[in-house]
Amino acid sequence: MGRCEPAPYGGTVAYVIEVSELTKRYGRRTAVDGLSFTVRPGVVTGFLGPNGAGKTTTLRVLLGLDAPTAGTATVGGVPFASHPRGLRHAGALLDAQQVHGGRTAHAHLAALARSNGLPARRVSDVLAEVGLEAAAQRRIGGFSLGMKQRLGVAAALLGDPPALLFDEPFNGMDPAGVLWLRGLFRRLADEGRTVFLSSHLMSEMQSTASELIVVGQGRLVAAEPLSAFAARAGRRCVVVGSPDATELAPRLTAAGAEVVPESAERLVVTGLPADRIGALALAHHIVLHELTTRTASLEEAFMALTADHVEYPAGAAR
Amino acid sequence: MSAATERARFGDLLAAEWIKIRSLRSTPWVLALVTLTVLTSAAIAAYGDYRNYPHYNGRDQREHVWSLGDAFPAEGCLTLMLAAGSVGAIVVVSEYGSGLIRTTTVAVPARRAVLLAKAAVTALLWTGVGLVCALGSFAVSQGILAGRDAAVPLTDAGSLRAVAASTLLAPVCALIGFGLGVLVRHSATTMVGTAFTLLMLPVFFSSREPWVERIDHMMVQSAWQRLVTLYGWGPEAYGGATVAGAWTVFAVWPLVAVALALLVVRHRDV
Repeated sequence: MGRCEPAPYGGTVAYVIEVSELTKRYGRRTAVDGLSFTVRPGVVTGFLGPNGAGKTTTLRVLLGLDAPTAGTATVGGVPFASHPRGLRHAGALLDAQQVHGGRTAHAHLAALARSNGLPARRVSDVLAEVGLEAAAQRRIGGFSLGMKQRLGVAAALLGDPPALLFDEPFNGMDPAGVLWLRGLFRRLADEGRTVFLSSHLMSEMQSTASELIVVGQGRLVAAEPLSAFAARAGRRCVVVGSPDATELAPRLTAAGAEVVPESAERLVVTGLPADRIGALALAHHIVLHELTTRTASLEEAFMALTADHVEYPAGAAR
Repeated sequence: MSAATERARFGDLLAAEWIKIRSLRSTPWVLALVTLTVLTSAAIAAYGDYRNYPHYNGRDQREHVWSLGDAFPAEGCLTLMLAAGSVGAIVVVSEYGSGLIRTTTVAVPARRAVLLAKAAVTALLWTGVGLVCALGSFAVSQGILAGRDAAVPLTDAGSLRAVAASTLLAPVCALIGFGLGVLVRHSATTMVGTAFTLLMLPVFFSSREPWVERIDHMMVQSAWQRLVTLYGWGPEAYGGATVAGAWTVFAVWPLVAVALALLVVRHRDV
């Protein structure tokens, strides 16, 4: 019987990632605490949280490297460790530094491909895909972090898997690499795959992911589309400066706005756009000397949301 | 992904591990250096007897029971044990140390199959090295001794046993290092542990007390000694050690090492 080629991924099998009531303790330290979420195919899902929030632990349990203390974590409906061979079911990049520096990129991938009975052709395919053909015969020890990330992505793609999990994939990437990686993730999702990326930087996810799972201290903080998160987080406010601020405030409240005085002559107004505030002031002959619309960035929203969950806050300890 | 397209052949894992070993630049160098050291030590031992031969008494010249021993001197044997044990340990420790084991485990979640494949490739490689070293040592030393008409033929039962034991000494030590590597995972600790177990431990049991001698007989090095030397008849001359007992020691050490490794790797977080 000839070699079985991996069937081109047709998107017929939906590999949902499902984490349910997951708890993982290392000794007395709880890394993940009753975490539940679902990652669907066809979109890029970002896994956000500050350092130490339990992202890597969750990925490790999902990939069958660590056993959960309680709860379940499945990829495509089954615990990942139940597959005798993994590359056709999920591709993963956990830490690009986890390679043997003495081996060439080609040998590293060839051993992985062979272990899963994948044809040798896949090695050159994925090397071309990540732009490392020219470095195929070079030893990995001489690679930059960005090149190692590309090699890790190549390894994840070897089995043409329906689910892909990446831990901090943008680390060490130059701007061109980041752009390429974003495009790749979107394409993989468009092909119907489940794409799950962890990051501690909101800015990285902002232009990459369309769904977000936000965690802090091992617990779920938010699970929603990025647009919903942005709408919730990026509530606009208008800063109004006026010598008659005390007179203006009740009129704004009466018009349905929420007013927080910042000083005797300054108000922070939410729920009413700048043009309506201007019109209202004119109607009541109130002089304005400032009218500024402020939008909170997603990064700020993420910080605000996870502020209570940061494990090692800077400056808190002596 | 139906079960039909999923192939989980053990042969693929063997091939993958072979690619890993072959693709390291250090592998051929280490193997060549070990072989050279072993052959050189046999040549030096044989040459010593060759030079001193005229001073030996008549019985020693006639019976030359020392001839086989020249093929397998302690220097060569200890070098082979240390190298095989260390490289056997490195096969696993380098994967744990670099974190490559996580990539390997995601690719092949069947951890025990991976471990067995690694052990099999390690054992095969070192059986090959051991065979080259044993046959080479025998040929070099007996070639030199033939100049005094004091060589022994390979076809002697004693010679064949000695060559077989010296061949298998390498994979036995490699698998002990391998097992320790899986248990300990930390590279420096594993190296010290392997060297201690193989080379130092027997020294602690060198007393002539009967119960101490019995422990000594359970050491790999002592078992090898029993299998390669011919200097008497019956077990009395060897402090009670038997050939069957020595072969058992050769079998039990690596089996226990690999079995323990298979046991711990199943439930441990990678």
